Amino acid sequence: MDNSALTFYKGGVHPPERKELCEKNPIEVMPLPQEVSIPFSQHFGSPCKPLVKKNDEVKEGDLLGALESGMGAVVHSSVSGKVKAVEECLNPMGAKVLAVNIQVDRDSAPIAYQPTEWRNNSPQELLEKVKAAGIVGMGGAGFPAHIKLSPPKEAGVDTLILNGAECEPYLTTDHALMRERSKEILEGAKIILKILGIKRCFIGVEENKPDAIRALREAVDKGKEDNEIQVVVLKTKYPQGSEKQLIYAITQRKVPGFGLPFDVGVVVQNVATTYAIYEAVALGKPLYERVVTITGKGINRTANLLIRVGTKIKDVVDYLGGTREDLRRVVVGGPMMGFAVPTLDIPVTKTTSGILFLTKEEVDESPYKGCIRCGWCLDACPMGIMPNEIGIYVEADRAQETGQFGVFECFECGSCAYVCPAKRPLVQFIRYAKTKAKR
Amino acid sequence: MEEQVTVFKEAEVPRLSVGVSPHIRAGDSVERIMWTVVVCLIPPLIWSIFLFGIRSLLITLVCVLGCVATEWITQKALKRPITVKDGSAVITGILLAYTIPPGVPIWTPILGCVVAIYIAKQLMGGLGYNIFNPALIGRAFLVATFPVAMTSAWVRPEVYLTQAPQVDAISSATPLYIIKHYGLPALFEKYGSQGKVYLDFLFGSMPGCIGETSALLILIGGLYLLYKGYITWHIPVSMIVTVGVLSWIFGGEGFFQGDPIIAVLTGGVMLGAFFMATDYVTSPNYSTGKIIFGIGAGALTVLIRLKGGYPEGVCYAILLMNPLTPALDQWFRPKRFAPPKGGLK
Repeated sequence: MDNSALTFYKGGVHPPERKELCEKNPIEVMPLPQEVSIPFSQHFGSPCKPLVKKNDEVKEGDLLGALESGMGAVVHSSVSGKVKAVEECLNPMGAKVLAVNIQVDRDSAPIAYQPTEWRNNSPQELLEKVKAAGIVGMGGAGFPAHIKLSPPKEAGVDTLILNGAECEPYLTTDHALMRERSKEILEGAKIILKILGIKRCFIGVEENKPDAIRALREAVDKGKEDNEIQVVVLKTKYPQGSEKQLIYAITQRKVPGFGLPFDVGVVVQNVATTYAIYEAVALGKPLYERVVTITGKGINRTANLLIRVGTKIKDVVDYLGGTREDLRRVVVGGPMMGFAVPTLDIPVTKTTSGILFLTKEEVDESPYKGCIRCGWCLDACPMGIMPNEIGIYVEADRAQETGQFGVFECFECGSCAYVCPAKRPLVQFIRYAKTKAKR
Repeated sequence: MEEQVTVFKEAEVPRLSVGVSPHIRAGDSVERIMWTVVVCLIPPLIWSIFLFGIRSLLITLVCVLGCVATEWITQKALKRPITVKDGSAVITGILLAYTIPPGVPIWTPILGCVVAIYIAKQLMGGLGYNIFNPALIGRAFLVATFPVAMTSAWVRPEVYLTQAPQVDAISSATPLYIIKHYGLPALFEKYGSQGKVYLDFLFGSMPGCIGETSALLILIGGLYLLYKGYITWHIPVSMIVTVGVLSWIFGGEGFFQGDPIIAVLTGGVMLGAFFMATDYVTSPNYSTGKIIFGIGAGALTVLIRLKGGYPEGVCYAILLMNPLTPALDQWFRPKRFAPPKGGLK
């Protein structure tokens, strides 16, 4: 394959990257906070069943919540300490979820995880380790990893894609991981290949991260084994890291509407998830801490912080020296798809890739107008759906008729609303339409 | 150097704003687009003052004030938010003025402004909901109410680049009028030669409406809008090419003897193709529909020019295509990236 940058062919936008705010920062370990709130639901699927109660002593890495039924992922304690309460707390999406509140014992000895040889394990044993570590998709969706890694046999999966595109502006989490933990990510890729029983893997990285590409290529060259792992350079274009766009860019396969990647023989994992899989399998360490980009012009200091799950945003703010005067909005996730939070009393979860502290000049809060039918959203939409019509239909109280415009194919990347000169909340309209339209 | 910043501890963080994603937006706004179009329309006006005198400016001012005032009064009366600052009424005023002969009484366009803004725009629901291009509805109404002034109040340009034409019965007639009634040779004879005709027409020293004569200045404005991404090439190119090709085939004494360059440089083709047919609201949203819209407008222009009662057809051609816009948007949709298996719903 040649070295020209790959991409998807339709739509996409080029927002200012703003990665320079944080991309040079090395991964920095945040000290333990006084207390943490660990939600039982940090994933796509049903919440876990609590295994602890008030006044229980827990150790770092202890199981807090078990899988009850259906789809889900287990939850571990990120700290050693005493359970103060099992109560509801606000999660980054603005929903109230059950969480365990732990008073942290900051003097407890950190747990040292020793590398173990995983190559002797069977794929089934490896998969069990992933499941037991509570690993979910860390790019944001939180899809349980062990389910993604057990595709049906008839799907004929032949390709693994590691998503290192990190196309969201501001975010540098995956960038820092790929730069500093390239060997471990590669090891994680080999584990996943063994679980899937396939040989072919592509690691897709946007071309704005040359040091990450270099580090990964070096690791690939040094760690050559009986498999075909290849680092591919992707064009810097939002939403390059969207699953369907990424799969198309690398394999030219199109995942059909309502379909999943394995419908076209592909499994996609985020690089941070891959790193977590490495830690789970090779070190036996459950997923209870992660790298989070803390950035934006509204925070005193930016950092790529290794944070324990459950740490409150307010503790992160205090650690980094507070916020600036013109802070206007705090967003968990990226600026295109993240969630604005109303308070800082919200915990970091397994899916928190970044926390943005945006100032007035960075957030556009102008009120929206009627559609002027410029059609820019049609050119921006990577899925070829019609956000303009959906918005107009929603306003006319005819949301139930929007299926014809492809509303269910929308993955809410926000490209349409980003370009809209009338500043229309098209993603909001589409979310509403999805609840009303007929499939 | 240490930067001086005010730093808040968590407890003092000011109230946070929340909103739906995306949290960042591209810089373009409706206002910025509209006022950019206004700026792009200014050079033809300045040149028009040189060509036809201060009347050009006065009529344009009357039109702009008329449109803005109508919008303000209408929105006040209908208890709607006042949106005159968005610049769209200013554009309507300028475009209406640009399609009026400079010799009309100065108060004439006011009625056109009222019809354009009140009936064609605000009664349809305001910006975004009008079916027809408001400026062109205003002009069509003026042609119907003041037929003599709107079709004969031409002014002989004070500046001729090549040579001053002979003062005669047709000296202030528009080139399209001359072509329609006397034929192409008469036009070349009047301006000296074919080359001089091209040159004069490119720069706009010919009788015509206030803002439509200089193809070059209109082209510069249009190219800037293309560069900014505010319009796409589809409508202007398809419309201009269609006018050129059809005029070449059918516009002469026999087939393939017409003059495509004169056809494109005269009348309102350039102004219409870049600034009127590209109106977001009244033209299709997606590229395929845009091309069909442009071809249709171009073909109707030539049809009216050659077979209709008027020497110029751009205004009615675009007005006839406008109501097809919703249908074109329905028929020619973007190709879905990956629809569900079993086809589109």
